[in-house]
Amino acid sequence: MKAKQMMVTGLCIAGLMLAGNAVYAAGQYGPGVTDTEIKIGNTNPYSGPASSYGINGKVHAAFFNMINEKGGINGRKINYISRDDSYSPPKTVEQARQLVEQDKVFLMFAPLGTPSNMAIHGYLNESKVPQLFVATGADQWNDPKHFPWTMMFLPSYGIESHIYANYILKNLPNAKIAVLYQNDDYGKDYLNGLRAGLGDKAAKMIVATQSYETTDPTVDQQVVALQGSGADVLLTAAIPKFAAQTVRKVYDIGWKPTHFLNSVGNSVGLVMKPAGLEKGVGIISATYHKDPTDPQWQETPEYKEWAAFMNKYGLSGSLADSQAVIGYSYAQALVEVLKMCGDNLTRENVMKQAASLHNLKLPMLLPGITLNTSADDFDPIKQMQLEKFDGTTWKVFGEVISGSGT
Amino acid sequence: MADSVPVDSTAKLAIERQSTTAVAVWRWAATAALIAVAVVLPFTLSNYQVFQLTQVMIYAIAVLGLNILTGYNGQISLGHGGFFAAGAYTAAILMHRYGVPYWATLPAAALVCFALGVLFGLPALRFEGPYLALVTLAMAVAMPQLLKYFDNWTGGKQGLVLTKPLPPADLGIDRDRWLYLFVLVVLLLAIRIAANLLNGRTGRAFVAIRDHPIAAAAMGINTARYKTLAFGTSTLFTGVAGALAAIVIGFVAPESFTLFLSLSFLIGSAVGGIATIGGAIIGGFFIEFVPNVANDISDAAPWAIYGLALLLVMYVMPRGVVGTLGPWLGQAIANFGSARRAAK
Repeated sequence: MKAKQMMVTGLCIAGLMLAGNAVYAAGQYGPGVTDTEIKIGNTNPYSGPASSYGINGKVHAAFFNMINEKGGINGRKINYISRDDSYSPPKTVEQARQLVEQDKVFLMFAPLGTPSNMAIHGYLNESKVPQLFVATGADQWNDPKHFPWTMMFLPSYGIESHIYANYILKNLPNAKIAVLYQNDDYGKDYLNGLRAGLGDKAAKMIVATQSYETTDPTVDQQVVALQGSGADVLLTAAIPKFAAQTVRKVYDIGWKPTHFLNSVGNSVGLVMKPAGLEKGVGIISATYHKDPTDPQWQETPEYKEWAAFMNKYGLSGSLADSQAVIGYSYAQALVEVLKMCGDNLTRENVMKQAASLHNLKLPMLLPGITLNTSADDFDPIKQMQLEKFDGTTWKVFGEVISGSGT
Repeated sequence: MADSVPVDSTAKLAIERQSTTAVAVWRWAATAALIAVAVVLPFTLSNYQVFQLTQVMIYAIAVLGLNILTGYNGQISLGHGGFFAAGAYTAAILMHRYGVPYWATLPAAALVCFALGVLFGLPALRFEGPYLALVTLAMAVAMPQLLKYFDNWTGGKQGLVLTKPLPPADLGIDRDRWLYLFVLVVLLLAIRIAANLLNGRTGRAFVAIRDHPIAAAAMGINTARYKTLAFGTSTLFTGVAGALAAIVIGFVAPESFTLFLSLSFLIGSAVGGIATIGGAIIGGFFIEFVPNVANDISDAAPWAIYGLALLLVMYVMPRGVVGTLGPWLGQAIANFGSARRAAK
């Protein structure tokens, strides 16, 4: 009798479990997801001082349109709602709240700008809404312990610096390094990244450091002081205005170090031209994506596919804009993560899948660069390739180098 | 016949007195009803809408400050975004560096911005009209860069992240509604203070200076003193609004206080009615909602829609919403009252 009772109970439990499984098979959804749709929120500066970055949002929208025309992701169309925040943090808060609370989006994707992301960082993490692939580069964004709902995308400043360190250790093992950095979080990310990359050799190899304030009129004095240290390698972590001054001064005083110039300050138009193109020959920097104006990529199928996409969706005016390449890569990464989620489209699972990227290749990133994340590393791109200035443009050289987090 | 005149006029006076009391009672009842609605409203709306209305009230306080200066005293300011920023950063620095409770930052922001306004008002005495507008413009364009310069205090371009205040535990309401009520109290206080100031001797002096500075001086008004006072009072209100904005948003950065913010205040002021108190609230609604509505109508050209809305309002109601409808409404109430008495 007792055995029979137990069997009945057992069968009941088994039945319930099966029923439960059947429910799960139809899909487990977070807010903003149905059998036919995934709602994605975004803020971008379409107006205001930073509106040139708005191309990112336009490229995302076009890319998701293309995905939808091809049938969506597992039969679900992406409903991409992107709102203008004019690069004004209070507006970002308002737009993000509207997207999360009124539009009920599944997640916030690639909000653009450091102050904008800072303004919604706490809110999204408190509300447990993914802030997936923020469009900004400071090291602090990679902090899964305190902000488990926020994930980076770009190589952080620290990682870039780490990559220079790896190159120096391998190719210039006896280098005496001088560092010029901006005296704030951004500049210190580079200095700390370099130290971490050099490891226990840091104290010996770094012979001099100088910093500047963004309010300083010039950095001439700092450059002269660094030359006086006898260093033969210079790392400059500076924004365009000061990067240009440094390039010019180093040349003018006849100093010939191996000069590493951070990617923030390597614009040809804003830095190399004002400094004097001939003065920058031989300077080394780093990049992770294909430069759309570089002829060496323009015959590759990846570039052609991107260009065809840009032309088809009315974005042909931005074919020379690196931001359009970056926005394209962001959108592709999101689509990959959503595919990995399968029918389990909960916010928890999206973060879990985003945190388990393994060697994901994206066509417009440099060959050999892949996305990798783990539960305690929320910075997907940790590799870059060095590039050298030839007097007109940057040319990538050598191998892809990886730098781990700091 | 002869002795009936005083009787008649006494009766008339009595009726008039009665009707002014009636108007006062009506006005009091309407105000009470409005406040009651404002208190109940957040409990019928979603958190996001409550947050938006909180923003409206903050902008209304800022616009009210500008109305005192521009509307009542005739001094045009394109720089109130800068004073808004000064208030916001005063609150932010006190909260972030010194752990001062959020409500205690308001008097500090008021004091700082009053002092700033008076200091700014002194040189501004030499300028009028468009020239003054340009001088104040300097404040608006300089502020974001000054904030980056003093980055030891302000956090530079990274800004300062603030802990958003929690509601008192025993009240049983959430943070958005608590902040709404908190800001509502400040708004009501601000309106009350502004009304007392503007409907009295000081307000008459402000208006006299606006309308005819020489005549005002001839009447014995110390124009320099009152113009400086108008400047200080105005920036005090706007600074308090800035402090509230920092508290409600929980973050300040230089990008929050661009020149466009100053323009928004001026637009809000003109739309509501520059020489009114109630107009500030309409202005707050305009600043908060019209850009959003414009964005919903067209993402391609939201600012064209915004411009169109602005043109339309200014064309239909050149003295602003309250400036145009207010007197008309007052007349209608008076007519209604006399019609009722006639019917009796």
